[in-house]
Amino acid sequence: MSIEIRNIKKEFGRFTALGDVSLDVPSGELVALLGPSGCGKTTLLRIIAGLESPDSGSIHFHGEEATDRDVRERQVGFVFQHYALFRHMTVFENVAFGLRVRSKKTRPSEAEIHRRVHQLLSLVQLDWLADRYPPQLSGGQRQRIALARALAVEPKVLLLDEPFGALDAKVRKDLRRWLRRLHDELHITSVFVTHDQEEALEVADRIVVMNQGKIEQIGSPQDVYDNPASPFVYKFLGNVNQFHSRVNQGQAHIGDITLSLNDHHGVQDSDALAYVRPHDIDIFTEQNGHPTLHAVVSYIHAAGPLVRLELQPVNDADIIEAEITRERFRELALNQGSHVYLKPRSVQVFLETK
Amino acid sequence: MAKKHKPNNVLPGFNLSLGYTLLYLSLIVLIPLSAAFFKTTELSFAEFWHTVTTPRVVASYKLTFGASLFAAVINAIFGLLTAWVLTRYTFPGKKLVDALVDLPFALPTAVAGIALTAVYSTNGWIGSLLEPLGVKVAFTPLGVVVALTFIGLPFVVRTVQPVLEDLEAETEEAAASLGANRWQTFSRVILPALWPALLTGFALAFARAIGEYGSVIFIAGNMPMVSEITPLIIITKLEQYDYTGATAVAVVMLIISFLLLFAINGLQWWSSRRNSASRGT
Amino acid sequence: MSAIVSQLAHYNAKVARSRATSEPTWVRWTLIISALLFLSLFLFIPLAAVFTEALRKGFETYIAALVEPDAVSAIQLTLIAAAISLPLNLVFGIAAAWAIAKFEFKGKSILITLIDLPFAVSPVIAGLIFVLIFGLQGWFGEWLIDNDFKVIFAIPGIVLATVFVTFPFIARELIPLMQAQGKEEEEAGLVLGASGWQILWHITLPNIKWGLLYGVILTNARAMGEFGAVSVVSGHIRGLTNTMPLHVEILYNEYNYAAAFAVASLLAFLALVTLGLKSYIEWQSGRTASANEKASDQ
Repeated sequence: MSIEIRNIKKEFGRFTALGDVSLDVPSGELVALLGPSGCGKTTLLRIIAGLESPDSGSIHFHGEEATDRDVRERQVGFVFQHYALFRHMTVFENVAFGLRVRSKKTRPSEAEIHRRVHQLLSLVQLDWLADRYPPQLSGGQRQRIALARALAVEPKVLLLDEPFGALDAKVRKDLRRWLRRLHDELHITSVFVTHDQEEALEVADRIVVMNQGKIEQIGSPQDVYDNPASPFVYKFLGNVNQFHSRVNQGQAHIGDITLSLNDHHGVQDSDALAYVRPHDIDIFTEQNGHPTLHAVVSYIHAAGPLVRLELQPVNDADIIEAEITRERFRELALNQGSHVYLKPRSVQVFLETK
Repeated sequence: MAKKHKPNNVLPGFNLSLGYTLLYLSLIVLIPLSAAFFKTTELSFAEFWHTVTTPRVVASYKLTFGASLFAAVINAIFGLLTAWVLTRYTFPGKKLVDALVDLPFALPTAVAGIALTAVYSTNGWIGSLLEPLGVKVAFTPLGVVVALTFIGLPFVVRTVQPVLEDLEAETEEAAASLGANRWQTFSRVILPALWPALLTGFALAFARAIGEYGSVIFIAGNMPMVSEITPLIIITKLEQYDYTGATAVAVVMLIISFLLLFAINGLQWWSSRRNSASRGT
Repeated sequence: MSAIVSQLAHYNAKVARSRATSEPTWVRWTLIISALLFLSLFLFIPLAAVFTEALRKGFETYIAALVEPDAVSAIQLTLIAAAISLPLNLVFGIAAAWAIAKFEFKGKSILITLIDLPFAVSPVIAGLIFVLIFGLQGWFGEWLIDNDFKVIFAIPGIVLATVFVTFPFIARELIPLMQAQGKEEEEAGLVLGASGWQILWHITLPNIKWGLLYGVILTNARAMGEFGAVSVVSGHIRGLTNTMPLHVEILYNEYNYAAAFAVASLLAFLALVTLGLKSYIEWQSGRTASANEKASDQ
């Protein structure tokens, strides 16, 4: 089932949580709402679920208006950040809850409830925990039970609020892959909220980057990472170096360096901010006659698959970060204090609007 | 400092503070209470049994326990309602109402006694409204229930309120998103979480009611076999210089009170364990 | 930023419960009105009755009932009993909380239960046990007569009974509070060279001041208002061994309702002051607690 969100606005007192947000979630997709805390992503998710009502705007499920539909009738599965498992019920009863509270007419038989709960528990690979109580489970297990409980009502849409937020790094990674596989199996339209860009990039079909109650960019993980639509998205998705530059007729000038751009051909001599990812910087030990940026190696982090360098430009205060492969690092034979010459391989500029 | 009780604790004052605590506890509480038990040894078991099972005394047990139970049930129901209203809703004067709930803790029982009697006697504000309906409150067992309801009122409210405040809104939202209506959410999700606190408050109100004297004697009428509570029996026996008789009845009450105290401690332990278990890990 | 978020969460939780987790307006108001009706029947109306009954015969009768010599001596005795039992239980409360909260030892939970005992004992029995010990036929009865010293039907008995019924209040308030605070700060003080008394005075007591105050006002309210226990040991001698609650009883039994309610109104006023102070303390300690939380957030 697809979700169409049209011009949603929501304010809490004087704080604008969502300012005119529109978004389409195609049927069967796994979409991430990504942004820093306070950007409105959780509010948007809660509005989709019907746990919160928007001040204005509308929500459509599969083309059908659902803005005023009660949460009980929306047929959404919601997985809460802190799981919200019913602590006085066993795992089995937690998962069965949504079936048991149905009216007599639509409630499945006891045998059918048993069958479905156990089926779901096997799906999340926790059938053996059916008789335990939530406080006896680990964080990762609680998370999967919460998911099984949400799926028990056969929702048309699955909504997850920071699904991995409360877990430690290792469990997080495992569960992330597991969720991706589960989604590939079930193909249920899913939206999850996260502030972790790595999580969004790895799991989602599409990413919606949000900031201060507005959508900054919508796109596939690669799209969003490679072609950020705004300085915010650039900064939020991974490390980035920021340079002051001037743009003139499709060319960016950073210091003496000139780089040609794909756009901005009509721009006449204007101030701009240029963004370069750390792995898009070439490092040389000699100047070779080309215009480069002269810097001194101030710190070397050699642990990990890539070597991270902190570079202090000779005539600028801001540190530049660069990442190079281990082989390149060995070739260059760098030490702390070595003089190096930098050249950005690719750059994206955003004109400064005053 | 030659011998430390526990090598891993370096704070001073353990011997002094624990020693003083035990001494003071013994002098004020334990030794005086044991006097009651020693006194009863002056009686043979048959005499003791006879004293504590005369019809008048038995009638007083029935009234004391029956009225206390009734009052505790009223307080459980309306205490839960009051706690709910105070945590979930806003209405004008809420803060004042919240503060006044503790009035029975602060108001001397004798004052409560005469005030309730004034209000519920046949010419009182409420009593005069009930009389045409054929309901008499003051000077009947019903009056005892009213007084015991008053003095037990804060217990359930104050044990349930913090638990209700700490309930995560998420759990209720989860129930709603799974299709439960409001009543189902209350009865299947909220109420089970409140049970230990509710039961503790109920037991506290009940225990307090059993020993209550001051507020009851004014409104009860104190008719033997009808509206005479057990603490009053003890006083009556004392006034007749029947010390052993008074003590025998007192010992029966003490034993019951101690059993209740242990039950309450068990309940509180259970409820704190239930609440903390979910916080961990 | 985190301040805004926590504010927002607070706002969500407290004010705007989402549509899914709130009741329809009619249910809400039915519940509010039922609760208020219940509280009116058992609390508000009786409280109002105390003051209207007290002033029924006019303001002059009211004042006369309070300045009458027997009333004045009852007020004095009540203040004396409270003034003696408060510090006794205060010292005990701090000592017990220190031992229980800062140290581990065998039988701790039994000790906590024993401290609670007076809560479980009927006030009438609390009076009775002191009669059994110090009364004419009691353990020390003969010795006391020989030495011409009266406990029962005299002030010492009243004080003893008051101490007994108010025994647990301060300790019960302090033990959980001090347990929650742990002993890190005290250990830090120790490392910095403070003596035991310095630690108590400069570190522990400032940390528990609100709980301590809370316990003190509860103890005071109960000490001034105790009826059953004091009634057994006092002997009801007018002008000598009558406390205010006993004085109320005597006046009431003499059908002197206006005077009885006049003295009662004084006690009721005291109760209201106690509740006011209690709310103030809760507000204050809540404020310091949330201020601490905010400070540790940043």
